[in-house]
Amino acid sequence: MQLRHLYKTSFTGLKTNKVRSLLTVLGIVIGISAIILIFSMGKGVEGLITGELSGMGTDTIVIRPGQQPSGLSDFSETLFSDSLKTRDVEALKRKSNVPHLAKIAPAIIVPGSVSYRGETYKPMVFGWTADLMVEMFGVEIGSGDVFYESDIKAKASVAIIGSKVKEELFGNENDDDVIGKNIKIKSRNFRVVGIMKPQGQVSSFNVDELVVIPYSTAQVYLMGIDHYHEIITKADAPENVAQTVEDIKMTLRESHDIADPSKDDFFVVTPEGMLEQIGNILDALTLFLSAVVGIALVVGGVGVMNIMLVSVTERTKEIGLRKAIGATDKDIMIQFLFESMMLTITGGVIGIILGSALSLIVTAGILTFTTYSWSFSFPVGASLLGIFVSGLIGIIFGIYPAKKAAKKSPIEALRYE
Amino acid sequence: MEHKKDTKPIISIKSLEKTYNDESGETRALRGVSFDIMPGEFVAIMGPSGSGKSTLLHMLGLLDKFTGGEYFLKGRKVENFSDDEVAHMRNKRMGFIFQAFNLLPKASVLDNVKLPLAYSDVPEDEWFDLAKKAIDAVGMTHRTYHKASQLSVGEKQRASIARALVNDPDIIFADEPTGNLDSRSGGIIMDIIKRLYYKGKTVVLITHETYTAEYAERIITVRDGKIESDKLVEHVRQAGEFRK
Repeated sequence: MQLRHLYKTSFTGLKTNKVRSLLTVLGIVIGISAIILIFSMGKGVEGLITGELSGMGTDTIVIRPGQQPSGLSDFSETLFSDSLKTRDVEALKRKSNVPHLAKIAPAIIVPGSVSYRGETYKPMVFGWTADLMVEMFGVEIGSGDVFYESDIKAKASVAIIGSKVKEELFGNENDDDVIGKNIKIKSRNFRVVGIMKPQGQVSSFNVDELVVIPYSTAQVYLMGIDHYHEIITKADAPENVAQTVEDIKMTLRESHDIADPSKDDFFVVTPEGMLEQIGNILDALTLFLSAVVGIALVVGGVGVMNIMLVSVTERTKEIGLRKAIGATDKDIMIQFLFESMMLTITGGVIGIILGSALSLIVTAGILTFTTYSWSFSFPVGASLLGIFVSGLIGIIFGIYPAKKAAKKSPIEALRYE
Repeated sequence: MEHKKDTKPIISIKSLEKTYNDESGETRALRGVSFDIMPGEFVAIMGPSGSGKSTLLHMLGLLDKFTGGEYFLKGRKVENFSDDEVAHMRNKRMGFIFQAFNLLPKASVLDNVKLPLAYSDVPEDEWFDLAKKAIDAVGMTHRTYHKASQLSVGEKQRASIARALVNDPDIIFADEPTGNLDSRSGGIIMDIIKRLYYKGKTVVLITHETYTAEYAERIITVRDGKIESDKLVEHVRQAGEFRK
């Protein structure tokens, strides 16, 4: 049988039952669009994280308390661990311990809200140093000034606020007028010394929704703790990051009296390491979701097989006729296989279009409602995979019905009513 | 019994048998049937329902396998044919006209007539001309692009004859071709079939109607799976048997 005729015959066969054909491939459509969505979103997340981490600078090294988390449940442990203390910062600051350390600043995350004369807002309150914040996030101060080392030493109650925080608490008030006013964080007054220029998302923070206060003040007056939530450091050059990480580990092990590295009560994160870790998580997630999609596709395939069997039974007379006028078993088999493949590939193509449309909508949503720098990319590889997989499903689940059709005797088939 | 001279039989069966086995037991549909059909002959196979005449046509048309005896088609033993050869024979050497027409209802007359060409080695660019010629030959030109489902029963049978002719076969098998038609349409169909015979085609016609069988030149009567009689139509006519 010639290819063009084969195509025309199969197309007519499917067109005859348009609604049925469409419903049959729904499973394939959903499966393939899920593949496209997963891959497209995965790429988006990867791009986002890569962008954010590169915003942090490749020479940034973050030290966190607790054991290196290997799963989501381990993250909570990090929050409750109190292993990073002032003496660690002092030890790390010593040139003899970590020679390539350029900057170091402990950080405290303060939960809760800020208020000003009855206006309350829930920003992210961060106990940190102003210079590292400016350097790492490229923050520009619009009005006022940053706070200084002397403020940290004095545990001064001063705050630099983001533009959104200012807007929420002070409304349209002139920025310069806000400088010097007191806001309340956890019922303690903080004098606003600086307002940051609007900047949106940088790294994993939205700078506009940030309140930065001296870490010492946050630690002692707001949290009443003697440890830090993390210590952020910078190596003097990107090429010295690996060495610095090793030096930090050695110094902290000595400081914590740890001989066995597997018993470390801290862990060190670099943008590169984080990228790798997140990449691994994303890969695992993609694999898991692909397995789920795989199950959906198998179910879709069974649906196709079912309909193809119905079609073979319905068209018994046609099969008989075709055989009577010269079709071989192979001709009939190829015809039904081709039909089943056309059905699933059509489903695959619809799935690719639907999946792309969905990820475009999600992208538009993210860009509209968040400040993430998300970008849509059409997953060419996944699309080709989608077409290949859908064709394969057509073959696998079409073989049995096609064989059944091919085996029909022309007489039995012609007699069928 | 007279046959066309100087030629070998196009169909030759010797002691052909067909036994069906199903839950209800064994049914012997053909019990040793033998005859020859010469090229260009027009043979009617008659018999009451259940006599085995349709089974016989299925065997002759290679649509089913016999269980005993021998069948020589154009001098070649059918048992030695591969499945693909059997399909090729049905495609190129035989044309089938069925009582129930067996057209694809949603396809046009043209596409229905083209169908056997799809399984032949005829290049696709010749399909249209060949199909058109066959459609013209049965007087269906005005219905070329109509769907089969839109045709009258007589037209359906004419389309089915065009389909049987498209590959220019040697033998035409017609299984009760007028069975579903009124007498006027039946007459038209039989005239077309007769014309094929005049053009040199071998025609094997299955019928239980005497007036249809009269179009043939020879009538083989089958009863209970055996040949009851095998006579030339003119002898039957002279003997006044048609009036019985």
